[in-house]
Amino acid sequence: MTTVAMTVNGKAVSVDSEDRALLVEVLREKLNLTGTHVGCDTSQCGACVVLVDGVAVKSCTMLAAQADGSTVETIESLAKNGELHPMQVAFNENHGLQCGFCTPGMIMTAVDMVRRRGKTLDDTTIRHELEGNICRCTGYVNIVKAIKAGAARM
Amino acid sequence: MAKDGIGASVLRKEDRRFTTGQGTYTDDVNRPGQLHAVFVRSPHAHATIKSVDLTAARAMPGVVAIHTGEELAEGGINNLICGWGITSKDGTPMKMGPYPPLAIGKVRFVGQPVLAVVAESRGQAEDAAHAVEVDYDILPSVTRLADALNPDAPAVHHFEADGAVWEHGQPPKNLIFDWELGDAKATDQAFAKAKHVVKIDVVNNRTVPSAMEARAVVAEYASAGEHFTLWNTTQNPHLLRVVLSAFINVAPEHKLRIIAPDVGGGFGSKIFTYSEEVVCLWSAKATGRPVKWASSRSEAFLTDAHGRDHITTAEMAFDENHKMLGLKVDTIANLGAYMSLFASLIPTYLYGPLLSGQYAIPAIHCNVRAVYTNTVPVDAVRGAGRPEATYVLERLIETAARELGVDRAELRRKNFVRTFPYQTPVLWQYDSGDYDGLLDSVLAKADWNGFPARKAESAKRGKLRGIGLSCYIEACGVAPSSAVGGALGCGVGMWEMAEIKVNPVGTVEVFVGTLGHGQGHETTYAQIAADRFGIPIDSISVIEGDTDKVQQGMGSYGSRTAGNGTSAVSKALDKVEAKAKKIAAHLLEASEDDIKIEDGNFVIAGTDKKLTLTEVALAAYAFHKLPTDIEPGLDEKAYFDPVNLTYPAGAFVCEVEVDPATGTTEIVNFTAVDDFGNVINPMIVEGQVHGGVIHGIGQALLEEVVYDPDSGQLMTGSYNDYCMPRADNLPTNFELAFQVTPSPSNPLGVKGCGEAGAIGAPPAIINAITDAIGTNDLQMPATAEKVWRALQGVSAKNAA
Repeated sequence: MTTVAMTVNGKAVSVDSEDRALLVEVLREKLNLTGTHVGCDTSQCGACVVLVDGVAVKSCTMLAAQADGSTVETIESLAKNGELHPMQVAFNENHGLQCGFCTPGMIMTAVDMVRRRGKTLDDTTIRHELEGNICRCTGYVNIVKAIKAGAARM
Repeated sequence: MAKDGIGASVLRKEDRRFTTGQGTYTDDVNRPGQLHAVFVRSPHAHATIKSVDLTAARAMPGVVAIHTGEELAEGGINNLICGWGITSKDGTPMKMGPYPPLAIGKVRFVGQPVLAVVAESRGQAEDAAHAVEVDYDILPSVTRLADALNPDAPAVHHFEADGAVWEHGQPPKNLIFDWELGDAKATDQAFAKAKHVVKIDVVNNRTVPSAMEARAVVAEYASAGEHFTLWNTTQNPHLLRVVLSAFINVAPEHKLRIIAPDVGGGFGSKIFTYSEEVVCLWSAKATGRPVKWASSRSEAFLTDAHGRDHITTAEMAFDENHKMLGLKVDTIANLGAYMSLFASLIPTYLYGPLLSGQYAIPAIHCNVRAVYTNTVPVDAVRGAGRPEATYVLERLIETAARELGVDRAELRRKNFVRTFPYQTPVLWQYDSGDYDGLLDSVLAKADWNGFPARKAESAKRGKLRGIGLSCYIEACGVAPSSAVGGALGCGVGMWEMAEIKVNPVGTVEVFVGTLGHGQGHETTYAQIAADRFGIPIDSISVIEGDTDKVQQGMGSYGSRTAGNGTSAVSKALDKVEAKAKKIAAHLLEASEDDIKIEDGNFVIAGTDKKLTLTEVALAAYAFHKLPTDIEPGLDEKAYFDPVNLTYPAGAFVCEVEVDPATGTTEIVNFTAVDDFGNVINPMIVEGQVHGGVIHGIGQALLEEVVYDPDSGQLMTGSYNDYCMPRADNLPTNFELAFQVTPSPSNPLGVKGCGEAGAIGAPPAIINAITDAIGTNDLQMPATAEKVWRALQGVSAKNAA
């Protein structure tokens, strides 16, 4: 067992977990932050993307122990005082989601994309940046639109 | 019309929970004292189980139980079933190989569940599963469809041992059924008088459904009431309940509650009954504790029913004026190692009846041989049979146009069905449509006539440009229950049920037996109720997916929600409206016929006397002022059994650029014009078309399930090896439009839209690529390698 101390969504937490536990497992099972999803087991789909120290990470690809001392932000942290983050609003307004399973990873990836690439994003950039996120429902058309609109408003 | 009513692109009510991470999917459900199940699966495509040693595994930390196939069978658990009986043309029933939830004696595909290890944690269950020792005697396997009917292919099931007697001699050992549809004699006669005959061989590549949420189960048993609760990733909780109770016998129907919480996509894969549901229910009772199983993606590749997998030869006969005279289709369909719940339906009644497409073809004959192989069971995946039919027909017509040297659009137009209802020679009777309108519209929007200039421009950049067309027909909501469902072999009814409850405060709850898993049902159904009463959708809740709350239902698949679900809701609303008007009339001292609904009020027409829905509802429940011939309450239930299927149609144009150096295809323009009848929420419907078309792009360019023919191992068992479409596979330009010819078969005139894109897109894409590269010798998926090789073939031919 390992004790992992992290700041998760602004709150200091200390969690006892198996050495082999992945960050996503600790978030979902120990901290009940079930908004972060597991869509594959080969780090391909991006449903589990969270921000670790401000950088997008596939939380299925990182041991929880590696996050010791880090600041972790999940989808649950984006809305403040009941007010949605501009990217969340944009996904709703542009019908950028259907079943919603890939959505938390898409939104966290989009937030990271804006951090790295700025608020003005063209379609080609967004499509390329989404190579690590799979969606089966939307055909990506409205996800690209949503990210463009959300980025402009951030 | 209410601003949130029918026809408005209302933003989705369900989005807030999904965008904030508050959705509740099955794997998010955890019950006190919950155990975790891990399945020991067959590592072999075909093997005899010689022995099982559980000694080491039982001694592992945290292990509570290890379940075996024999244990379940002794406990009275029956085999998984196929719910649609198909009869071969010689009158014999299809051959169903026994499919125990956990293997008994033999395994027949890699991934088949053999044992279930149940432990305190998932990690402990996994560790113990590794300690289980199963000794197998490996048998030769057959995984490729093309090999299944070879006389020397290994038999997947041994029916001879059952003592079955075959009237016409022993059929090939892996043959499940040999089915036909249409008039063989009339078709032969049509071919005999044909001026031209065009023939193609096509392969419809095997794909995986790949809902992003993999399957999951949480099963709980309360010994006091002997009551089971099952949280499950299902598209049809009520049907699952019937199958689990009446057929599999794992829990009595009246003591089994099934809850489908948020379901993260399905694409068919979550229609069926799987071993894991049965075993977890069994285990919950056996251990007395809740049991959870959550599929990994690797397990999803190995166990979720796959789709497609056909080999087809098709021929079309034309007269001297290029009018179609007849169509012959001969298909072999792979159903995998066992027959999944609707496996037999997909290559038969969802396939053959679609072969008439948008065309008046006087004679059609279709023969389908379904076969067993040592692969994952094959069943419905988005479109299910209809993409396969459309692919055959639309490639055949494009080929015919090339061989006859005529314009592809005009060849289609010359043969369009123009009068409705239209009785095809293959069962279905089309209810409505305007195929000329669709074609005109798509050709104009795609600037079909401007293509030569664009091709020349591409050529200057060294690119090969091609354009392809596809005119598809859909058939949604298999119905009616008696004339179609029952008569053709369906084991269940095909109706839908809805209940509308107006609460005493005037809020409305819509209970309906369909099951949204991404399609925005909570918004669409609310729009229908909002439209009826002129109330905001925020005062309406839609409830699906809980057998304790929704009394009956048939679930969502085959684009049936639009036609059947909305109709049931509409019918229940009719009843509620009638009763509300009766109450209002009494309270307002007017005649029922004079009561109209205006802006959310019940008004005496032509006066300012009115009551709100809340006032009417309150009166219905308070029941102080109503006469005794009115019952208290304001809630009504309705079943809707459609008189016919609905027949959406569309025309797609795809334009591609192929790089001859690499074979890489880029979809530069994609134009889709669809007729879904009346559209309730255009934003949601457009989203369905986007998703369907990209699904079709996946099948046409990227996706293919591959088994190693020697070992029978699944080679494409992860997203690393199986190529899903990603955002950069989108068409560069993607234009959608709707045309409306309302369906006469249901009250709202709707047709269904969920599968259209996946049906119409693959032939449009392949027709465009073959147009670009100048050879028709190309099968899906048109990967860069395949296209490049096809191009080398063309060069070699030109050089010779």
